[in-house]
Amino acid sequence: MKKSDLIFTTALIAAAIILTSVLATATVGATSAEPAQAAAGTIARGKFLVDIMGCHDCHTPWKIGPKGPEMDMSRALSGHPEELTMPPAPALPPGPWVASAAGTMTAWAGPWGVSFTMNLTPDKETGLGDWTLEQFIATMKTGKDRGKGRALLPPMPYFNLAKLSDEDIASVFAYLQSLPPMKNRVPQPIDPPEGR
Amino acid sequence: MKWLFSGALVALMGATGLSQTRALAPVAPRLLSETGLYAGEGTRVVDVRNRPFAPQYPLWSDGAGKRRWVQLPPGSRIDVSNVDRWDFPVGTRFWKEFDFDGRKVETRFLWKVSDSRWVFASYAWNEAQTDAVLVPESGSPEVADVAPGKRHSIPSRTECRSCHDSSRTEILGFSALQLSDDRDPNALHADRLPADAVTLRTLVDEQLISPRRNEFVATPPRIDAATPQARAALGYLSTNCGSCHNRESSIASLGLLLKHELRGDKPLGVSSPRCTPALATTAGRKGHWAVPANPAESRVINPGKPELSALIQRLRSRRPSSQMPPLGTVVQDRAAVELLTAWVKSNPEGWALLAATCGAGRS
Repeated sequence: MKKSDLIFTTALIAAAIILTSVLATATVGATSAEPAQAAAGTIARGKFLVDIMGCHDCHTPWKIGPKGPEMDMSRALSGHPEELTMPPAPALPPGPWVASAAGTMTAWAGPWGVSFTMNLTPDKETGLGDWTLEQFIATMKTGKDRGKGRALLPPMPYFNLAKLSDEDIASVFAYLQSLPPMKNRVPQPIDPPEGR
Repeated sequence: MKWLFSGALVALMGATGLSQTRALAPVAPRLLSETGLYAGEGTRVVDVRNRPFAPQYPLWSDGAGKRRWVQLPPGSRIDVSNVDRWDFPVGTRFWKEFDFDGRKVETRFLWKVSDSRWVFASYAWNEAQTDAVLVPESGSPEVADVAPGKRHSIPSRTECRSCHDSSRTEILGFSALQLSDDRDPNALHADRLPADAVTLRTLVDEQLISPRRNEFVATPPRIDAATPQARAALGYLSTNCGSCHNRESSIASLGLLLKHELRGDKPLGVSSPRCTPALATTAGRKGHWAVPANPAESRVINPGKPELSALIQRLRSRRPSSQMPPLGTVVQDRAAVELLTAWVKSNPEGWALLAATCGAGRS
């Protein structure tokens, strides 16, 4: 065996031993961690993902504040306000403009009809309170309601979230389930007029 | 030197939890002609080991013609200990061929490769109709015209599993009810039963099931319904809705149980003999989706009022936010809409009684 080969082999074996011991240490650390700490870490990770992925952009209603449009965090992630009944969507002229949005950013009209952003708080009747983790992961992965129902409608970018690992989606779910439940019954989507 | 490098690599893989097991797992062949469906070369003659069958309540697939075959490993038997959830022997293969106007479009292939794993594959037929090629996991959109402006798509593997993984058995069209020799003469879109088709009697006579169930022959399973119309309607719902809406599905919490089960379809602790899960979870019950024209009066089935029955309105729809079933079809099943509408309209007094009895405290 050449000297260079020997050095390379030794280095590889050493790397394997170090990696094994590091992983073993990590595993031991994880199993001995307090469950509450682990849960808090999961929720914190979920909050981070929800914040950076733009979930608030549409699931938290916007309002006009002193400095212009701002999110109404008193209704954070509760979806389209139940009391805000939208008039019929404006008929757009032929051309490149294809969609309209409410000022709250919670109602969107386009060729798909009218979609309303969902209440993501864990209210049992109007939000995610009766959802299971399995259903939530399936929804994000397939773009279908609970993984089996109707297609999620624009502008929900489920195809981006589908790239998350199951663990990250579970973190998002854990965070959403940790929010205070808010009763807010979001309207069901409205089909586009016949012929469109 | 090489073995040392390999040894270090194996040590690294072991440390990270990786293994080569997945790489060695059986995968679907590239061509349909390589799956064992046909005898010899090509796709002209179906291998005699592959037995045709025809479920009595077929799934609506926009009017596609379908042919189906099953192959059980020699000497093996289907475990039917649980009459509603058959356990197939490892090595079992199923094929389902779809054609539109006589032209073959796709063939789906399910192959049980271990106790817990089925391989799912779809094959798209070539222009010359000589063979079919494995479709990517993402499926293949718009491969055939089925109506003006409407095209058939081959579903993705995820879409396949969204239905086939919704209960404890992945096989949907090969069950005691579907193969019963007491076939429903009013079943919609029923295929003609091939002369050599596998039925429940065949399975018993040829000892292809275990344990032996003589009752499958003596009293073949059937949906016990008030009228022939109701029997056909419930059979249609069992196949076209019950694949997802059943007690074992991940969406069971929605509270709709439309799959007919031999063991489970018993009255739900009430006096009416026909207060079965399919009726108890629909008649007079409010659902998650409401008929837009009148949400207050909307029910899953509003007795006597199909226009206020969400089930009927969603069956009629092919709009993105309301269509049911949500996949596998782009064309309304008119015959089904007519049958189910007439069923909901019929016998309003009987429906009202059913809703009051079965639905008490459930709305």
